[in-house]
Amino acid sequence: MAELRQIAFYGKGGIGKSTTSQNTLAAMCHYYGKKILIVGCDPKADSTRLILHEKAQSTIMQLASEAGTVEDLELEDVCKPGAGEFHPDNTDITEGYINCTESGGPEPGVGCAGRGVITAINFLEEEGAYDDDLDFVSYDVLGDVVCGGFAMPIREGKAQEIYIVMSGEMMAMYAANNISKGILKYANTGGVRLAGLICNARMTDKEYDLAKHLAKQIGTQMIHFVPRSNHVQRAELRRMTVVEFAPNSDQAFEYRELARKIINNDLKVIPKPLEMDDLEALLMEFGLEEEVEEEAIGKKAEEA
Amino acid sequence: MQDIENIVNGQKLFLKPEYQEVLKNKKEFEGNMGSVNPAKAEEISEWTKSWDYREKNLAREAITVNPAKACQPLGAIMAGLGFEDTMPYVHGSHGCVAYFRSYFTRHFKEPTPCVSDSMSESAAVFGGLSNMKDGLRNCNAMYKPKMIAVSTTCMAEVIGDDLNAFVIGAKEDAEGELDNTVITHAHTPSFVGSHITGYDNMMKSILEQLSPERSEKVLNEERINIIPGFEPYLGSLAEIKEIAKLFGDKIVMIGDHEEQWNTGAGEYKLYAGGTTLDNAKTAINAKATISLQKYSTVQTAKTIKVKWKQDYAACNPIGLGGTDEFIMKLSELTGKDVPEELNVQRAQLVDAMQDSYPYMHGKKFAIYGDPDFLLGLVSFIVEMGGIPTHVLCHNAPKKGWEDDMQKIIDKSPWASECQIWPGKDLWHLRSLLFTEPVDFLIGNVYGKELYRDTGIPLIRIGFPIFDRHHLHRYSISGYKGALNLLTWITNAILDQLDEETKEIGKTDFFFDCVR
Repeated sequence: MAELRQIAFYGKGGIGKSTTSQNTLAAMCHYYGKKILIVGCDPKADSTRLILHEKAQSTIMQLASEAGTVEDLELEDVCKPGAGEFHPDNTDITEGYINCTESGGPEPGVGCAGRGVITAINFLEEEGAYDDDLDFVSYDVLGDVVCGGFAMPIREGKAQEIYIVMSGEMMAMYAANNISKGILKYANTGGVRLAGLICNARMTDKEYDLAKHLAKQIGTQMIHFVPRSNHVQRAELRRMTVVEFAPNSDQAFEYRELARKIINNDLKVIPKPLEMDDLEALLMEFGLEEEVEEEAIGKKAEEA
Repeated sequence: MQDIENIVNGQKLFLKPEYQEVLKNKKEFEGNMGSVNPAKAEEISEWTKSWDYREKNLAREAITVNPAKACQPLGAIMAGLGFEDTMPYVHGSHGCVAYFRSYFTRHFKEPTPCVSDSMSESAAVFGGLSNMKDGLRNCNAMYKPKMIAVSTTCMAEVIGDDLNAFVIGAKEDAEGELDNTVITHAHTPSFVGSHITGYDNMMKSILEQLSPERSEKVLNEERINIIPGFEPYLGSLAEIKEIAKLFGDKIVMIGDHEEQWNTGAGEYKLYAGGTTLDNAKTAINAKATISLQKYSTVQTAKTIKVKWKQDYAACNPIGLGGTDEFIMKLSELTGKDVPEELNVQRAQLVDAMQDSYPYMHGKKFAIYGDPDFLLGLVSFIVEMGGIPTHVLCHNAPKKGWEDDMQKIIDKSPWASECQIWPGKDLWHLRSLLFTEPVDFLIGNVYGKELYRDTGIPLIRIGFPIFDRHHLHRYSISGYKGALNLLTWITNAILDQLDEETKEIGKTDFFFDCVR
């Protein structure tokens, strides 16, 4: 048995991180028979719905607050086997399987979501969710690295490879760069490495070149450029991944390719995040930001 | 007012006429203004003693009143102080640390070394790394410890500070100052478990972080480790070491905080005694480890069994049977017969138990405290024919403890009258005492209020005990410890008997000089 690999998907909110991660993990299971545990680290708890064919699974924090404390929970309560071909007992299509957990957390505006992530991961480790059969544990982490809690998945002994989902838009690139800064903090004292950018295409101008260029500047690779496809949205409406919904589509093959690259990936680096000025220069070079005259800053449209 | 020539304490001071006047006015002001209805208050007070109130009280979910447990870092500090020249360091806000120190100091009547890196508002926003960098260097420069044992308060835990990364980062930035100091660290979030969880986390971290990889393990067939657990009775630590010594000199106590809280008068020394770091590092090489508190060392036991692949046993040397078990374990592991000295001690204990048996037999007790302490004490009560009517454990572990306790209680012919109350607090206990009263209460200082409310005498055994002196110097473990328990409990029963038979001409036909 190969050693357990712990990976994490980070990326700006709304970039399609959960969709991309689930489709990719589904392909790793579907085509390559991998055994995977998903740990959703987002209070929205949407990191497993496509695998489970459900709206949203009950989260660890939700169940813990109903039961009183997290110690009252059993692993079976919070860890659900995937639906259909992703179920451990269903070996028609693949020997692999996907088990799903969601850390969960508070409603927006109250409480502390970061602590929820810490509590949930500690609970899973203590209860032995990371068993010997697994090939991959995958963390799907909310937005940016907003506080220490959301860095829990990259602490020592947790995820060693980080994939950043981004696109060719300015804010997504900022976020990717910021996440690299977070990784750098922990990479200096531990084993976490940046393993690549996944460009989830918005079909903006020069997107491919831009993503590739940014990856190079940060010191990593653009591991895959996932084109836009209506299959993704259609599959999502049915709460399915593309490899189940349209197994013979081009899009399914894109995820297969991404899955293959992740499984074989050996480029894991300590990132070199860009300074703000360099990042802006890069965006300007690719026309995402325009040079503005010094005296125009802070002026209304009619003034400038 | 105080008279400079005759300073009196609060007890007498407030009896002076000028204070009595103030107190009377205060009462009148509060009472006569209609803010208090004495009759109603009396009615409610009586109602809190009823079954009706008890049921409401036991159904209580959202609040704890008078807890019978403390929080994780407190236990982590005790674990840290069990090692030589070790400074416990709490990463977080300093108010917590002041509390831990005074808590221990009020119990042991000794100073308690412990530092904090005083995280403030900005540390909560930016993370506590810079506090840790400065704090470790300051601590090292000022107190020259061999080891710094870092634990955390809730604040650092909520913002998700990563101790492992912080300690490495702080060491790298320290310009070599921290190179010769061992820094061990454990996450100890107070909102999980209790002080025994913190003890466990810190003990596990110290052993894991000090010991080499398992591949470098060199088995020492004679070496045996004993981990005492969260043990507030320093005499127990001494007693256990004495027993162990009778079985050979290769038995090592891991986490020995006996001397730290028992220093003599004279020049103050920051550190005293403790397990040497060498002994801690080589703990992995031992043939076996015995934990004296199963539920204070759950995670530590995992490390020993799973990571070290070492023999592990849990014994609870409180009471006759518990001590027998511990001594037989030592005999089994060392291959040595039980030394005659212990046979003599055992015989003396059994003899003494027989002397006092008639007085303890059939008496009802309510007992509260830590899980392992209770397992030991309840087994002793049962051995003496006492009835453990209520056994209350606020920090009862979820798995296994209740079953263990039930097995002990089942040995009593009164088992069906005994109840176990896991996860309940002392306000729950108040209801239990009013509705199903007992003869005696056994527990820590916080039972004092229950004694006043219910009139049930409190026998002080447990932690913390702030209002009686020197009890922590005695042992409650081993045969000699059982003799102490026997003495305290029996004499409390006899004191009460005198109390109840002292009325001249009414009850004093039993006010005897011979008991």
